[in-house]
Amino acid sequence: MAQNNNGKKAKPSRRFSFGGFGVPILAVVVGLLLGGLMVAVSDPVVLRSLSPNPWRVASGDTVNPDTDIDLNMALTIHANDLTVGDYVAFKRGTGFVLREVVPTIADIVDSDTQIDLERAKRRAPTLDSGNAAIVLSFGDRPLFTFQAAGRAVFKAYRALFIGSIGDPSKISAGWAEYRATGDSQSFRDAMRPISESLVTSIPYIFAGLSVALGFRAGLFNIGAEGQIFMGATLATYVGYTFTNLPAILHLPLAILAGMVGGAIWGIIPGWLKARTGAHELINTIMMNYIAFRIVSWLLRGPMQRPGAGKPVSPVIAESAYLPQFFGAPVRLHAGLVLAVLVAVFVWWLLFKTTIGFELRTVGANPNAAKYSGMNVARNIIIAMGISGGLAGLAGANEVLGLNHFLAEAFSPGYGFDSIALALLGKSHPVGVVLAALLFGTLRSGATSMQSLAQVPIDIITMIQALVIVFIAAPEIIRWIFRLRATGEEEKTVFTRGWGS
Amino acid sequence: MSVATATVQIQALTTAERKRRAIFGIVFLLFGAAILGLFALNSQSGQTTTFGLNPGFTSNAPKIPDLAFPTQPVLYALGFIALFLGGWQLARGFKSYAFVFSGVFFLFVLAFLAWAARDGSFNLVGMLQATLIRSTPIALGAFSGVIAERAAIINIAIEGMMLAAALASVMVASATGSLWLGLLGGMIVGGILGGLHGILSIQFKVDQIISGTAINILSTGTTSFIVKRFFIDPNVNDSLNNSSIFQPIHIPLLSDIPVIGPVFFSVNILPYLMFAVLIVQHVVLFYTRWGLRTIAVGEHPKAADTLGVNVFKVRYINIIMSGMIAGLGGAYFTIGRVGQFDEVMTGGRGFIGLAAMIFGKWTPLGSLGASLLFGFADSFQQKIQILIPGFPSEFLLAAPYLITMIVLAGVVGRAIAPAADGQPYEKD
Repeated sequence: MAQNNNGKKAKPSRRFSFGGFGVPILAVVVGLLLGGLMVAVSDPVVLRSLSPNPWRVASGDTVNPDTDIDLNMALTIHANDLTVGDYVAFKRGTGFVLREVVPTIADIVDSDTQIDLERAKRRAPTLDSGNAAIVLSFGDRPLFTFQAAGRAVFKAYRALFIGSIGDPSKISAGWAEYRATGDSQSFRDAMRPISESLVTSIPYIFAGLSVALGFRAGLFNIGAEGQIFMGATLATYVGYTFTNLPAILHLPLAILAGMVGGAIWGIIPGWLKARTGAHELINTIMMNYIAFRIVSWLLRGPMQRPGAGKPVSPVIAESAYLPQFFGAPVRLHAGLVLAVLVAVFVWWLLFKTTIGFELRTVGANPNAAKYSGMNVARNIIIAMGISGGLAGLAGANEVLGLNHFLAEAFSPGYGFDSIALALLGKSHPVGVVLAALLFGTLRSGATSMQSLAQVPIDIITMIQALVIVFIAAPEIIRWIFRLRATGEEEKTVFTRGWGS
Repeated sequence: MSVATATVQIQALTTAERKRRAIFGIVFLLFGAAILGLFALNSQSGQTTTFGLNPGFTSNAPKIPDLAFPTQPVLYALGFIALFLGGWQLARGFKSYAFVFSGVFFLFVLAFLAWAARDGSFNLVGMLQATLIRSTPIALGAFSGVIAERAAIINIAIEGMMLAAALASVMVASATGSLWLGLLGGMIVGGILGGLHGILSIQFKVDQIISGTAINILSTGTTSFIVKRFFIDPNVNDSLNNSSIFQPIHIPLLSDIPVIGPVFFSVNILPYLMFAVLIVQHVVLFYTRWGLRTIAVGEHPKAADTLGVNVFKVRYINIIMSGMIAGLGGAYFTIGRVGQFDEVMTGGRGFIGLAAMIFGKWTPLGSLGASLLFGFADSFQQKIQILIPGFPSEFLLAAPYLITMIVLAGVVGRAIAPAADGQPYEKD
């Protein structure tokens, strides 16, 4: 490891080199592997097999029917593996009854709690058909625990894949049906998961660009979430207020409003940073909380939909909708095109204009920027304004493209996720778009992982934290994979201490 | 030549100082005008305000008469005091703006309470006690920040450490039935996260703010994951997320003092521990060899290293201690208050603690003062909802965050952080 730390002296190695993206890709791989480990060790069956008493019997010998989903997960163990001392659960009515396996029928003391080995094996086919479940303790049968862990991880990641990309067999069947009959309904149904992944990627692109642009200017904008809320609020307001405008005016106006909302929420901490030196990190976090409260108040007061008992805004006019490309249930909308255009614009702004050059110089070395005559304070405010505006677009996009009204919980944390995302994309617009596609896929797959495999969606948050750690400390990844540092690494993130 | 440059710099500084002084003066004047315009003019001459001086709960302290005063004259007096302070600030200037700012703010709040409780009564002691209790996690967060940043490690991860410790302490306490073990569990988890922050920022030289953010995200994700995966089952929730809470300890004699007794000496163990941490930290930091080494490492690690101080060791120990103190603060949320964990229940208190640390100029005593201010804002917004029904509670809930921003903006430029704060140390 010591030799890896001296990256500058080591000669670049071509082995295992993925260009500049080697570390990010491997970071995601390691993150997913560790996420799988988390799924495995938190799996109810695995945990139960590790506990001293493999079965947690609620009362008497009747297994709590609430846990039968756990029981079914343990089904695939082969009946021939049964030995004396194992516990077998048989379905009876809506619940399960538990039997301890004893050597022969003569050994049965209490037929309500015990069963002989032969009969248990004879009823084995039913074990595989969803009628019963076995959980063996780790001490008796270590293999079982590993099998259960493997099943849990496989099930979770399979659900993730099906939920984000789609079921390949359904897609091909749907396509065949479309070619045969001209009816695209089942093809659209099969394509919905991948469309949902793209739809989820759109706000990630905007929010990721927002954070990335901040990083380039040396600012840690952790307030993308609040900026998303304010952008969405203003876009919603314009969306349902100016109802008699033609779409060609109304839609751009609503998008602009979203940008302005986010930009205001970015400029305030930017201004405070530039004028007083108050660190933007704490201020943007505080602005997040304030934004949540404001939206919560607006949706219960001035912006509440008339007659609605819930805190939701009125539905926006159709002239402000971002058009959707395909029929239901595919919700892919024009926001994707807008997001890609904005990514190109941000790339152009950062790398081809004077403004971008100044922002990057201020980010890399504010003192150098100052002595070469750049106005550091103004650049900080501009950077936070643009950054906020980009996040605001993410909010506008969600309202105008998908929900068409504002509700309190419309963002599942796009702003927070985008920190990891921007780091993963090395704060470069191209990297951000790619990372956003990955995060969109993960997030939309995680929803089905939660419903199909009972793995909470927060696993994605944990994986993100790991990815941040690995990206920020590439030595860890290089150490795991015995990579050599690839020459001079460009530092893409600069943050500052308090009040400088 | 060099003298001339120095003079110019002093001139520039004083211009900035003058500007800041004027801004604060105007702010004080505005507070004074607000007291007069919003409250004094909106009250009638015959009205009386009563501030309750006896706690609402049973206490050892003897009952004393409540404080009753005519509303309007007192409001006028408070308003004119604020105006006077503003004028003085504009004309002469105070040395410590932060202190006077707190004073003027306090006047404003007092006026508001007097006005809101006109023709009624308001339990002052109850609110002061709530202030102390709500300051506790913020102060512990601030102490956690002080000990880390004095060794030049920015600990933005206090929030995440608190959150993880809150969950850990309630789980340990529920499983073992011992609150003390729960407290220990919270501190250990905090210490582990502190160690992680140390490994990342000392060993791997990760940008400390990014490392801290990663820890925050990690503990948000992990705690929510555990809640959703396990506590969804009511049986598990009952056995792992349902503990008792620390009961108030009435200190003999001291708790018999009116007003002060119920506020300071009839609380549960956590505020006492907070004061213990305060005293120990103050003494250790400024009067022991270890503290001086810590400060040296924070100001000039290279010099400290030259003199034989092991910079890495000091930083590791301090960041782990920082995590343990944050863990204590996290334990407050569960076993100190409700005995149950909710997702993201710390609600930014760790970050507010950081702001309190900056406000308190990286000293334990100053941090406590700032934390009391934030705790006051926090308990204040609660009482307002009782005093003025119908006032949108969302604005009041946003108040602590807004005050944090104002305080940061007013103070951070003047407060001097440890010189090496945030810089990884590279041994040549």
